[in-house]
Amino acid sequence: MAFKRYVDRLPIPPKDARVQNVTCHFCIVGCGYKAVSWPVNQQGGPAPGQNLFGADLAKQEAADSAAWFAPSMYNVVKQDGRDVHIVIMPDKDCVVNSGLGSVRGARLAELSYSQTTNTQQQRLTDPLVWRYGSMMPTSWDDAIDLVAEVTRRVVEEQGEDGLIVSAYDHGGAGGGYENTWATGKLYFESMKIKNIRIHNRPAYNSEVHATRDMGVGELNNCYEDAELADTLFIVGANSLETQTNYFLNHWIPNLRGTTLDKKKQEIPNEAHAAARIVIVDPRRTVTVNACEVEAGKDNVLHLAINSGTDLILFNAIFTELAAKGWLDRPFIQASTSGFDAALAANKVSLDEAAKVTGLTVAQIAKAVAWIGEPKAGGARRRTMFAYEKGLIWGNDNYRTNAALVNVALATGNIGRPGGGCVRLGGHQEGYSRPSDAHVGRPAAYVDQLLIGGKGGVHHIWGCDHFKTTLNASEFKRTYKKRTDLVKDAMLSVPGGDRRAQVEAIMGAIRQGGLFAVNVDIVPTQIGQHCHVVLPAATAGEMNLTSMNGERRMRLTERYMDPPGQSKPDCLVAAALAQGLERSWRAAGKPAIADKFKGYDWKTEEDSFKDGYQRHEKGGEFVSYDRLRAMGTNGFQEPATAFDGGKIVGTKRLYTDGKFGTKDGKATFMASTWRGFQAEGKQAEKDKFTFLINNGRTNQVWQSAYLDQQSDFVRDRWPFPFIEMNPADMQELNLGAGDLVEVYNDNGSTQAMVYPTPTAKRKETFMLFAYPTGVQGNVVSKGVNEFVIPNYKQAWGNIRKIATAPEVTRHLTFKSQEYVTG
Amino acid sequence: MKGCNNLVDVGRRQFLRGGGAAVAGAAAAAAALGRTEAKAAPAPARVSYPSNRLANVADLKVNEPVDIAYPDADSPGVLIKLGQAVDGGAGPHRDIVAFSILCPHKGFPLAYAAADRSLNCPGHYSRFDVEKGGQQIWGQATQNLPQFALRIDGKGDIFAEGVDELIYGRLSNRL
Repeated sequence: MAFKRYVDRLPIPPKDARVQNVTCHFCIVGCGYKAVSWPVNQQGGPAPGQNLFGADLAKQEAADSAAWFAPSMYNVVKQDGRDVHIVIMPDKDCVVNSGLGSVRGARLAELSYSQTTNTQQQRLTDPLVWRYGSMMPTSWDDAIDLVAEVTRRVVEEQGEDGLIVSAYDHGGAGGGYENTWATGKLYFESMKIKNIRIHNRPAYNSEVHATRDMGVGELNNCYEDAELADTLFIVGANSLETQTNYFLNHWIPNLRGTTLDKKKQEIPNEAHAAARIVIVDPRRTVTVNACEVEAGKDNVLHLAINSGTDLILFNAIFTELAAKGWLDRPFIQASTSGFDAALAANKVSLDEAAKVTGLTVAQIAKAVAWIGEPKAGGARRRTMFAYEKGLIWGNDNYRTNAALVNVALATGNIGRPGGGCVRLGGHQEGYSRPSDAHVGRPAAYVDQLLIGGKGGVHHIWGCDHFKTTLNASEFKRTYKKRTDLVKDAMLSVPGGDRRAQVEAIMGAIRQGGLFAVNVDIVPTQIGQHCHVVLPAATAGEMNLTSMNGERRMRLTERYMDPPGQSKPDCLVAAALAQGLERSWRAAGKPAIADKFKGYDWKTEEDSFKDGYQRHEKGGEFVSYDRLRAMGTNGFQEPATAFDGGKIVGTKRLYTDGKFGTKDGKATFMASTWRGFQAEGKQAEKDKFTFLINNGRTNQVWQSAYLDQQSDFVRDRWPFPFIEMNPADMQELNLGAGDLVEVYNDNGSTQAMVYPTPTAKRKETFMLFAYPTGVQGNVVSKGVNEFVIPNYKQAWGNIRKIATAPEVTRHLTFKSQEYVTG
Repeated sequence: MKGCNNLVDVGRRQFLRGGGAAVAGAAAAAAALGRTEAKAAPAPARVSYPSNRLANVADLKVNEPVDIAYPDADSPGVLIKLGQAVDGGAGPHRDIVAFSILCPHKGFPLAYAAADRSLNCPGHYSRFDVEKGGQQIWGQATQNLPQFALRIDGKGDIFAEGVDELIYGRLSNRL
C-alpha cells in the first residue's frame, strides 16, 4: 500500500503565534513561506477569534485556502532550547509563488530535525573524528585543531596546491551569502587555493561562461517577463518539475491567456495574444504535456531533437532569422558588436540542421517564426529564452550557450519586457567571495588531480561527489584507496596522542594517502571516507540570505535551533581560519599566521556584514533588519537605494542597452557546430545501445539529502527510475519495477524500470544523483574546454538484475502525464 | 464498529513502523555517539469516525465511480468498483475502494479518468492511482490521496468507517 501518515488532526496556531519569513531552501525559485510557531503546551481554537488565520476552522475550507496546512507542513522543534509547534506554510502574499507550495517546499517542516517526532535523526550533531575504527564524537576545539594542524603541515610540505577544496558556490540551504563569503575569504583571501571545485562540477568555473563572456549575465530578466512574453523558448529544462511554482504561477497564466490585461497595461500600443511555447528537449516531459493542456497543442512546439544537437539548431535559427530579416537592427547597431562575423561563422541551412537534429525543416521554420516573425501591426515579437541543464550539462556547453544568446541578441530580446535570455537555475544563488582570478582558466580538473594521487588534504563543504560527480566509479575507487591509507595509519597510534596522530597522517599522505574533512548537515557517502566530519546548521537554523532566479533577495530567519553542537558554515570556516592562525603561529610562521586574521565573528550576520555589505554591488543598502522588513518579497538585486523605508532594487538588467563588457556592447560569438565535443562521446555512442539521458523529478529536486530520510519520498522512489520504451523492455524481458544494471566502460549503476510509452526507442531517462543508484557512475570523464561536465550524453547497455523487489511491487507505474477526466 | 477498531490498530501499526524505525535508528546513533537517551515519540490521537452507509454493492458498475461524501456532507469522495482485487480493496472480490476527491495539494476537485483509473487534478496536474491506495503518480501534493476504510455487511451495504490521511481543507477530519 501507498505510504500514509494516519494523521487526522493537527494543532491549531493561536492568534498570537510567532510568524517569521522563510524562503524555501531547495530550488532556485525561492518560494515564500511563513514559519508559524507557538509554545508546545498552547493551542488555538477553531473559532475565528481563536486562531492566527482569523478563519472559521469548524467549517470545510475552500480550495486555495490560506488557512490550511498539510501534515508535512507541521512539526515540533526546539526554539532557544524549548519545544514549539511549528508550521511552515506557503505565503499567499509572496509574488513568487502566491501561496503555492511545491511537493518539496511544503515538506520543509517535516524535513526539519525533531527530537520529539523523530524526523531527520540522520542530522549530524557533533564533530566526529576517525578513532578506534569508527567516527567518534569530539569537541569542536579538538576537531578543528586536528584539521588545522594537518592542513598546515600539508601546505608546508606541498604548498597551497596540496590543499584541495570542494565547496558549494550557491544560495539556499548549504550555501548563501554568509557561507560563500566565509569559505571564499578563507580559501581566496587568507590563502590562494587553486585546486578547488564546485559541488556539481569538477572544477572552479562558470556553467555559463559563454553568456558572461558575451557581456550578458545569466539572470537578466524577472519572473513577470514569462507573463508578458509572446513566445517562451525553453531549452533543456523541465520546468513543471524543476521550477515548479515559477512555471505554475507565471508561465501557465500566460499560456492560458489570463495575463492579457497585464500585457495591454504594461506594453500598450502593440498586439497581444496568449503565449506560445517552444520546448527543445529530446524527451517528452510533463512540462510539454501541461503546456499542451493549457495552451492547446497548436501553441506548443516540442522540438524533440537528437540528444546533444542543440547547437546546430540554434545556429540554423540564427541564420534563418537573418535571412527573413526578423532582426532588431537598431538594437544590434546600438548595443552589440560582432554580428556579421558571428552570422557568417555560424551559417547553417535548415536542411543541414534538420538532418543533424532529426527535426523537419518545417518544425525549425515554425520555431523561427514563433521567435521572430513580427506581430500584427509590425511590432517586434517578444521572446523569452530560458535554458538549464539540458544545455549546461549537454554537448559543447560553451558554444551552445553562446549560440542561444546570439539568437536572443539578434532579436533584441535582452533588457526588454517579455524577454530575457536566462538560465533557469538549480539552487538559489548567493555568491559573495574575494576574487578567484588566481584559479585561472581553464581551472584545474580537480577530480583528475584526486584520482591522480595529487594533494594531501581535502576540505569538502556541503558536497557529495560520490553521488554528484562524473566518472564517479573511478573517483570512488581511488578516493577510498587514498583515504583508507590515512585511516589505517591513524589506527596505528593512540587516538588521543595528537602528535603521533599527525605524524602518522603525514606519513600516509607521503605514501599517496589523502586526509579528508567533511562539513555537512547529514552523513554523506563521501563522508564515510573522511577522517573528520564537522556538523553544520542549515537555513532556518541560522539566518541566511540568498537570491532567486530573478535576483530576488530575501532573508530566511532563524526559526529553530540547529541540532546539537552544529553551527553555521560561516562560523565553522571562521573557527578553521583561527585554528590555522594558531597553528602557523605555533610553527613559528607569524607572517603566514597574520593572513588568517579577520574572522572574529560571533554570528552569521557578522559574516554578512563583512562580505555582502562591503563587497557586493548595492550591499551598503542592505541589512538584516531591512530585509526582515521586506518580508518574503525582498527586493531584486542589485540594490540601488534605501528609500521610504524600503530597499530599492532592479527589476531587469540591461534596460539601458549597456552590457557587461569594456565597451558596454554585448558581443556576438562565433560558435560553429563540431559534433560531439567531449573526448570519447562519439565512440561511446557507437559502442553502446541505449542513451542514458538523465535529470530530475518532482519529489526530489535539491532536496535528496533530506529526502533520503523521508518516508513519503522513499516510498515512491526506493530506487532511481529509468524510463524505458515498452518495446525495449520486452526485448530485454523486463517488467515494471524490475531492477536493471546500467553499464558501460566507465562503470555501472542500478535503476528501477518505469515503462514509458512516450520514450523514444533506445533512449532512456534516469533519475540523476540518487543515493540508491548513481547515474554519474556511467558518465565518462570527458569535459569541455573549460572543464564543464557532459552528463547528458552518456550511452550504455542495460541488463536485468532482479525481478521487481518487494519495495517496488506496491508502486504505481502509470503515465505521469495529467489527463482530463 | 469492528472496522473502525481495526483501522485504529492499522494506524498504530503504521505509526510504530514509521516512528519506531526512526527511534531505533536514533538509539543506534546515540549509542555510537556515546549518548544514551532515546526519546519515545508521543502517540497521535485519532478522531472517532462515523460508520456511514455509502451504497450497496448492487449499485456499483465496474469502473464507474459513484459520488459519495465522508465523513460528512462537506467532504466529497468517490466509490469505485475496480473489477479486480487491489491492496486495501473491500468486498468479496477485494475490488471496492473509496477516496477523497479534494486534491491534498490545493483542494481542487479531482476528476476520474476511467481509461487508466486515475484521479486527476485540473489545478496543478497531480494524479493519483486508485488501484494503488491513492498513491500519487505524479504531482504537487505532499501526501498520497486520503482513502476511506470500507466495511461491507451481509446485505452488501457498504459503510465508510475511517480515513488514513488528513483531508484537504480541515485541520481535523471530523469538524
